[in-house]
Amino acid sequence: MERNQLSRQINRMRQSLFDQGSLDEQFVQLELLQDETNPNFVEEVVTLCYRDSYRLILNLEQALQKSPLDFNQLDSYMQQFKGSSSSIGARKVKAQCTLFREYCKSGSGEGCFRTFQELKKERTALKNKFEAYFQLKRQAGPSQIASRPK
Amino acid sequence: MESGFSSPRSDVFPVGLRVLVVDDDPTWLKILEKMLKKCSYEVTTCCLAREALSLLRERKDGYDIVISDVNMPDMDGFKLLEHVGLEMDLPVIMMSVDGETSRVMKGVQHGACDYLLKPIRMKELRNIWQHVLRKKIQEGRDIEGHDVFEGLQILRNGSDRYDDSQFLRVEELFSVRKRKDVDKYEEKEFGETCSTKKARVVWSVDLHQKFVEAVNQIGFDKVGPKKILDLMNVPWLTRENVASHLQKYRLYLSRLQKENDPKACFVVGMKQTDSSLKDGDGNFSVCSSLGVPQTDVTNSSFSFSGDNFLQNVDSIGCEADRKRVVQEQTSEPKRAAATELIKTRCTHMKFNNSFASVESEGKLAACYPWVEAPQMKLKQESKPHQVQINQLPSVSSISSGRSATEKDKGSSIESKAPYSEDCSQPMVHLNPPKASTDSCSGKAKSFNEINDHFEPISTATAPLGVKNQNVIDLSSISTDLGSGFPFSSFDEDLQGYLFQDGCYPKNLEQIIEFPDYGDPGIFTEGPTHLYDAMRFGYEYSYDPTEYPVIDEGLFIA
Repeated sequence: MERNQLSRQINRMRQSLFDQGSLDEQFVQLELLQDETNPNFVEEVVTLCYRDSYRLILNLEQALQKSPLDFNQLDSYMQQFKGSSSSIGARKVKAQCTLFREYCKSGSGEGCFRTFQELKKERTALKNKFEAYFQLKRQAGPSQIASRPK
Repeated sequence: MESGFSSPRSDVFPVGLRVLVVDDDPTWLKILEKMLKKCSYEVTTCCLAREALSLLRERKDGYDIVISDVNMPDMDGFKLLEHVGLEMDLPVIMMSVDGETSRVMKGVQHGACDYLLKPIRMKELRNIWQHVLRKKIQEGRDIEGHDVFEGLQILRNGSDRYDDSQFLRVEELFSVRKRKDVDKYEEKEFGETCSTKKARVVWSVDLHQKFVEAVNQIGFDKVGPKKILDLMNVPWLTRENVASHLQKYRLYLSRLQKENDPKACFVVGMKQTDSSLKDGDGNFSVCSSLGVPQTDVTNSSFSFSGDNFLQNVDSIGCEADRKRVVQEQTSEPKRAAATELIKTRCTHMKFNNSFASVESEGKLAACYPWVEAPQMKLKQESKPHQVQINQLPSVSSISSGRSATEKDKGSSIESKAPYSEDCSQPMVHLNPPKASTDSCSGKAKSFNEINDHFEPISTATAPLGVKNQNVIDLSSISTDLGSGFPFSSFDEDLQGYLFQDGCYPKNLEQIIEFPDYGDPGIFTEGPTHLYDAMRFGYEYSYDPTEYPVIDEGLFIA
C-alpha cells in the first residue's frame, strides 16, 4: 500500500522532471544502464556530475572576475561544463551553457554574467529536485524498479 | 565484467572487444564504461591523454580501439589521435560535446574513424566494432583474395582453432592470417602491386631513431625506403615497413604545418585518382585500389609497397585519404603525372597557400619530397617515436589540375614557424623550426639547409622520445603550467565568494563524504585533481573540510 503510494509519488516526481524540461533523453539512458550490478548507478552518476562540475563552476566564477574578461577561457570552461551537464541530461542547464557560449562568441560580458547566474539557478533547482527524488527512491528500497519511459 | 555467455563457442567478435576510453570528465568516463560493458566489451578507462598513451605503449596489442574526448587538459585530443594512429595504428573514435563541422572535419583529418557527439547513446557504442573490423579488412586487402576470405570466415564462424574459454579477439583472428601471409609471401618481390602483408612492425623509439638518423644521413633529397633500410641495418625490417613509416612520418609533419593554414580544412577529394597505381616504374608499388597515377616515378628514389602504408592510410577510414596519402608518397620530379601527387604533397606542407592553386610546374616536383623532409626532421627531433601519418589536409586542390604550384612549395616550409603558435600545450609542442622556410623554392639543396636548421631544435625540444620520459616531461610541464596561473590559492576567497553568490548551501560545516561508487577505476581522482590544481592554480583537494563541497553532497540519506 504504502509502497505503491511511494512508487506513484516517485514516478510522478520523475515524470515532472521531464515535463518541466529539466531532464532530457540522456537521463533515460542512465536509467537503462542501471542494473543489478549497479543498483544506484543513476544516483552515483548524478552525484559525480555535480561534484565534478562544481569545480568548473568555481573556475567560471573566477574567470568572470577577471578584467578584462577572457572569453576564450570562459568558453573553454563552459564547454567542459556543458559536456558534464550533458552527461546527466540536464536540459535547462545545458541550454544556459549554450547561451553562455554564444555570449562568449559575441564578446558580451554582460550576457555572460546574466546567463551564468541563470545557469547556477537552474543547476541548484535541479539539484534540489534530484535530492528529493533520490531520497524517495532510497526510501522505496531496492525493490523499486527504475521507471521506464512511457 | 561478467560475460554471462552460456556457450563460449558462440562468443564471436565483437564480444570482448578491448576498448580504451580516454576522457577527463569523470562522469562521462563512468557512463561510457558502463555502456561499453553492457555491450560486452572489455573496458579500460583513463582520464589523461598521456596516461592513455603510456597504457597503449605498455601493451602494444592490448587494445582494439580507442575512444577519446577531444578536449583534455594535458593533451589535445587530436594529438593523441595522431600518436595512436602512428604508433599503434589503432582505430580511434573522437567524442565531443561540440559538433561544429570544423571540429568534426579536423577529427577526420587527423585520422579519426568516427566522431561522436555527446551525449552519446549506447547504440552508437555498440557498433564501434565495425571500425576495428574495417581496419583489419583493409589491412588484409593486400593479401590475395582467398586469404582475406579466410580471415573473414574465421570471423564469421568463430573458428575452432581458438580456445573455447576465450573470447575471440580481433588480434587473434587476424594474427593467424598474418602468420600465414608472412610464410607465403616472404619471397615476394617488393615491387608487386599487391604488397605482402607482414606482421605489424612496432616502431619503437629506438627504431624510429635509427630511421631518422638514416634519413638524415642519406639526405632528404635522396631518401628512399631502400636506402634507409640499408642504413638502419635492422635485419628483420623490410623495405615495406620503412616505406610505410616514411610515409606516415611525412604526412605527420606536413599535417603539422598544415595546422597553421586556416584554409586547411578540406575534404579529401581524390576520387579522380583512380588510375591504378601500379608499380610501373618499380618505384611505387601500392595496391591497385589506391589508384594513383604512377607515372614518372622513375626518378624517385622511393620504392615502397603500400601494404603497411595502406593499413595506416586506411585507418583513416577514408578511401580518398588513402589515395591522397599514396600520392604524397610519390616523389618523382616529374610533374605531369606526378602533379597530383605533388600537389597533395605540397598542399600538406604549405599553409599560407590557398590550396586551390596547386597547379605548378615541375619545380614543385623537385622539391616536394624534400619539403617534407624538414618536417620529418622536426618531428623526429621533438618526438622521435611519434610519427603521425593521419593527416589528410586539403586535397581538394588535388582533384583539380595536375600540377602543383610552385608557390605551394615555396610556402611549404614557412609553415613551420606558425605551427608553434598553434600548439596550445607546451608539452606537445613541437618547436617550430627556426629555419627559414622560404628556402623551398624548388631547389633541393634548400632542404639540407632546413635539415640543419632543425638540428638545434631537437636539442631544444623536450626529449619526449622515450615513453617514460614522456610522462615525466609532461608532468613537469604541467606543473609549470599551474604555476603560471594568477590565482595561487584562493580557497578562502572562493568561500567568501560563494556565500555572496547565494547559490550554494550555507551550511558549509556539513561535511559530505564522497560516496564510494564502487569503481575506483573511474576516478583517477588523485592525479587528476592534483593536476587540475596545478592547472587552475589552486589547491583542489578532495578534503571536504577546506573545500566547500556541499554542492556535491546531493543526496544525504
